[in-house]
Amino acid sequence: MIIKQISIFLENVAGRLAEVTKLLAKHEINIRAMTIADTADFGILRIVVDQPEKALKALRDGGFTAKTTEVLAVEVEDKPGGLARVMEIFQQTHVNIEYLYVSLEKNKDKAVVIFKVEDLKLGQKIVEEHGLGGTVSF
Amino acid sequence: MKHYQFREKELELMPRSELEALQLARLKTTLARALKTDFYRQRLLPLGIDSPEAIHSLADLQRIPFTTKEDLRIAFLYGLLAVPLDETVRLHASSGTTGTPTVIYHTKHDIAAWTDLVARSLTAAGCTKRDVFQNMMTYGLFTGGLGLHYGAEELGMLVIPAGPGNTIRQFKLMKDFKTTVVHATPSYMLHLYDKLGEVDVHRSDLHLRKAIVGGEPHSEDIRQKIEALWGIEVYNCYGLSEMNGPGVAFECSERSSPHLWEDSYIIEIIDPHTLEPLPPGETGELVLTTLRREATPLLRYRTRDLTSILPDPCPCGRTHRRISRIKGRTDDMLIINGVNVFPSQIEEVLMRMKEVGNNYQIVVEKSGSLDKLTVKTEVTPELFSDDARDLNAIRDKIRENLKASISISPVVELHEPGILPAWEGKAKRVIDIREKSV
Repeated sequence: MIIKQISIFLENVAGRLAEVTKLLAKHEINIRAMTIADTADFGILRIVVDQPEKALKALRDGGFTAKTTEVLAVEVEDKPGGLARVMEIFQQTHVNIEYLYVSLEKNKDKAVVIFKVEDLKLGQKIVEEHGLGGTVSF
Repeated sequence: MKHYQFREKELELMPRSELEALQLARLKTTLARALKTDFYRQRLLPLGIDSPEAIHSLADLQRIPFTTKEDLRIAFLYGLLAVPLDETVRLHASSGTTGTPTVIYHTKHDIAAWTDLVARSLTAAGCTKRDVFQNMMTYGLFTGGLGLHYGAEELGMLVIPAGPGNTIRQFKLMKDFKTTVVHATPSYMLHLYDKLGEVDVHRSDLHLRKAIVGGEPHSEDIRQKIEALWGIEVYNCYGLSEMNGPGVAFECSERSSPHLWEDSYIIEIIDPHTLEPLPPGETGELVLTTLRREATPLLRYRTRDLTSILPDPCPCGRTHRRISRIKGRTDDMLIINGVNVFPSQIEEVLMRMKEVGNNYQIVVEKSGSLDKLTVKTEVTPELFSDDARDLNAIRDKIRENLKASISISPVVELHEPGILPAWEGKAKRVIDIREKSV
């Protein structure tokens, strides 16, 4: 399924990440997945949370440069070869992946992996056709 | 037909020949006053200039040597005082943080003449006694606050002496008293706009129609940016404390470069290296001679500001010539690996790029034996991309645009809005941390 991820421009200064997590804690927002892309002088923090609208407003009001991006939440079987199967499907159907990271969500024996794909509509169609969508709490 | 406001119409529209005759008469008076000071006696008597009769035409001004900022330091405390101390009513002094301070004294007449110039300037900018004027410039030894304050009162405007800073109070005053005109530095106008969204005040709550900006050099793009953001007219005001303060030159309602009030000052533009005079249109150092000041007359004062005289007349009809926007100062020109760079060139490039926010900082440092230039900019929230490649592309574009303008490829850094130093008062935009010992 398509979910909203929040991206935050992070100044490369001590304590900036801590300020984000502190702010989210204050607003009782639960982080379900996160990853950081870093370059030499700035970083982009990407998070998936339980209340994306509330989180985005809190971050912007708190002076952070943040925006939402749509990504795919994909169920992957939590066993050897689970991710390989999904990747093979994407490869065969030409779904180009920009980046991916894992979440804390788990549906029965399936892990939920966050995919940022080049063509979101195509990605969603393939996910549905192969029954990889499932439901997540966020 | 356009309507232009004048306060001293005859004087402002005076034919050049009459204006120059007035200048010559006033120059002689000024020279007589200068010859009462220890400083100018020491300097001029050996040159045979011992009375106003030594000057027969404006061209004779060339016989008088320049006065520099350093001269003002040498003449501290009373070396340039031309009247008995009892006749003075106010002084303005530089803070002297970098050495001996400089001081300019004023008689009652001097303050009145300055006040008239400011009232004339504000009238030219379309201000009237019906306006409510919030003065956000620093009061005190700095001339920006008091200079405009007195002129605005003279014009009959309701003056709110707010002083700088304290953004929330500024908004409250603007809202409560329906401020129509403000006076601030251009960077503070941008800062205020940034803060609009953060406090419970909206643009529609305010009655602002004009801003007078001065106190720091800024580009035409900055003016246009402030005008577009606020939906107001922005007027450029030029002045320096050695020449009283604000009101030396001021834009009329054409807003196409400030008229320098030539009944009060003689303008020259010189090459800062050869000290030779430059013709209208060419950029060089502005040199000014006071024509009306009693207490501290200054002859051929080197302002260190780089500008040019606009050769064309202004549609408003004023015969007082216009000077171009200040392009920088002779002493803030950066020499980076042998290339002359003005911070204003960098600002111009940044302000033209919509990807970049309002704040920036320029850092020059040594990297080995070479100079390294770093330009720190802000990513605007609207253009922030989740994709690091997009951000890198913005950075490359900034670097390429800068290189095209200053022929040096700087290191460009992207920062979060609000991280670079805040814009209260005069912004510290250039940090040069190279060894000064060489």
